[in-house]
Amino acid sequence: MSILDKHGILEKNVTLLAIFAFLVVTIGGLVQIVPLFYLENTIEEVEGMRPYTPLELAGRDIYIREGCYVCHSQMIRPMRDEVERYGHYSLAAESQYDHPFQWGSKRTGPDLARVGGRYSDEWHVDHLRDPQSVVPESVMPKYGFLEAKLIEGEHIQDLMSTHRFVGVPYTEEMIEAGFQDFLAQSNPDSDYDGLLERYGDDVNVRNFDGQPGISELDALIAYLQMLGTLVDFSTFEPDASR
Amino acid sequence: MSDNNKKDDQDYETTGHSWDGIEEYNKPLPKWWLMIFYACIVWGVGYTIAYPAWPGVRTATAGLLGWSTRGNVEQAIQDHEAELAPINERLASAELTEIAGDPELNTYAQNAGAAVFRTWCAQCHGSGAAGAKGYPNLLDDDWLWGGTIEDIHYTVTAGIRNEDTDEEWLRQSAMPAFGRDDLLSGEEIDQVVNFVMTLSGEEPRDASLVEAGAEVYDINCASCHAEDGTGDRMQGAPNLTDAIWLYGGDYETLHETVYNARYGVMPAMGGADLSEAEIRAVATYVHGLGGGE
Repeated sequence: MSILDKHGILEKNVTLLAIFAFLVVTIGGLVQIVPLFYLENTIEEVEGMRPYTPLELAGRDIYIREGCYVCHSQMIRPMRDEVERYGHYSLAAESQYDHPFQWGSKRTGPDLARVGGRYSDEWHVDHLRDPQSVVPESVMPKYGFLEAKLIEGEHIQDLMSTHRFVGVPYTEEMIEAGFQDFLAQSNPDSDYDGLLERYGDDVNVRNFDGQPGISELDALIAYLQMLGTLVDFSTFEPDASR
Repeated sequence: MSDNNKKDDQDYETTGHSWDGIEEYNKPLPKWWLMIFYACIVWGVGYTIAYPAWPGVRTATAGLLGWSTRGNVEQAIQDHEAELAPINERLASAELTEIAGDPELNTYAQNAGAAVFRTWCAQCHGSGAAGAKGYPNLLDDDWLWGGTIEDIHYTVTAGIRNEDTDEEWLRQSAMPAFGRDDLLSGEEIDQVVNFVMTLSGEEPRDASLVEAGAEVYDINCASCHAEDGTGDRMQGAPNLTDAIWLYGGDYETLHETVYNARYGVMPAMGGADLSEAEIRAVATYVHGLGGGE
């Protein structure tokens, strides 16, 4: 009886079969999944990535709530046509503070991974109110209701704590000042030095929707205007074997 | 069972399993199938050696062929650029006014410019360049900052009211918010709006206010929009005497414009975004849309 014939034992014993089948699947899974957690080139180290500011985080929640990801991807693939249209291909590091990531799977609208800074705030306001007013052939629905809905930010610190719980490196100080930073970012007349100190000098501090109060539109535009702008590509060296 | 099957019985072995006298043939897979199966396994092992695959302690194996997605895309971009380098160089160094007269350069610039326009400009100016409320129509001959090829080239490079640009004070201007900043009273705004409506031949809402409005206009508006209302391209002050409006020429819109002012911005493309050749291409394209001067 050769060793190959011994599988007759497994075929006749259902418990053994289950145990061995589980072992095989486990090994396959370990080999494929586990290295991603420890290999150094899974997520490259890049300059400039930071956790989202409280207002951006709130905007990101609205992005998810409205299902923007259903029609917009946030993933520029490494292909010439995509790089020429959208900009530098996306890096894993750029999604590292996204829980869950917003790569999406379908582009009814354009990719948004580098939409930040590409249009003016006024354009975003016009476009979200009535997309067809600036892009007549667009099939995007209108999101004018966002500007009427003010957000208080009373849960913003809880939201940040939750993100910290799943791995975003918010410091104690960031969470403590979360509410204050949330208010400051859309108010250029406020004292926003602390916000810049905590999140970097490149944080956009503007009244994004041009109207008093912090509306959902403010938060969403703050989020959109940040997308893809964080990494400093002048210091980026692509890993050779990817 | 028929006799034919009976005959087969002798050609094949059975697995030796027997249930109530029913036995199971042991029919091996066809040889050709088995050979392909083994070949695939061998090929698969070779594949993981040739291409990035096996996880190691710190990084994964890079593969003997040195293949990389990022290298590929970089190569594709370089190849494309190298292919276009001669004509791009010619385009970037040619006199702007001579591009249209050079058939080869003009054909290239028109087509390349159209592609640039669709990627970078169409979101605001429209895919057909007809613009939208607040975003100028580029098809007509009414220009805010000038419609010569040099003007367009400069506008694309430096943007409009762009805070990041290094260029100083060209394409920069701001209309005062006459109402919001209390520069004019509500009555005066009412008057001047009625006057401005008459400039382009519209019926004013209240004809009795026109005369007073003319006076308000002379003091507050004429320095930019000119005494006759034809505007000033040095400051991007629109011509008020034609029927072309960026935001609208009805009473309500004009009132809003005078009260809160307008501050349309356009990003500067002449930084990291577009190369000089691309800017010239899109300028040539826009200049050739019909309104170029």
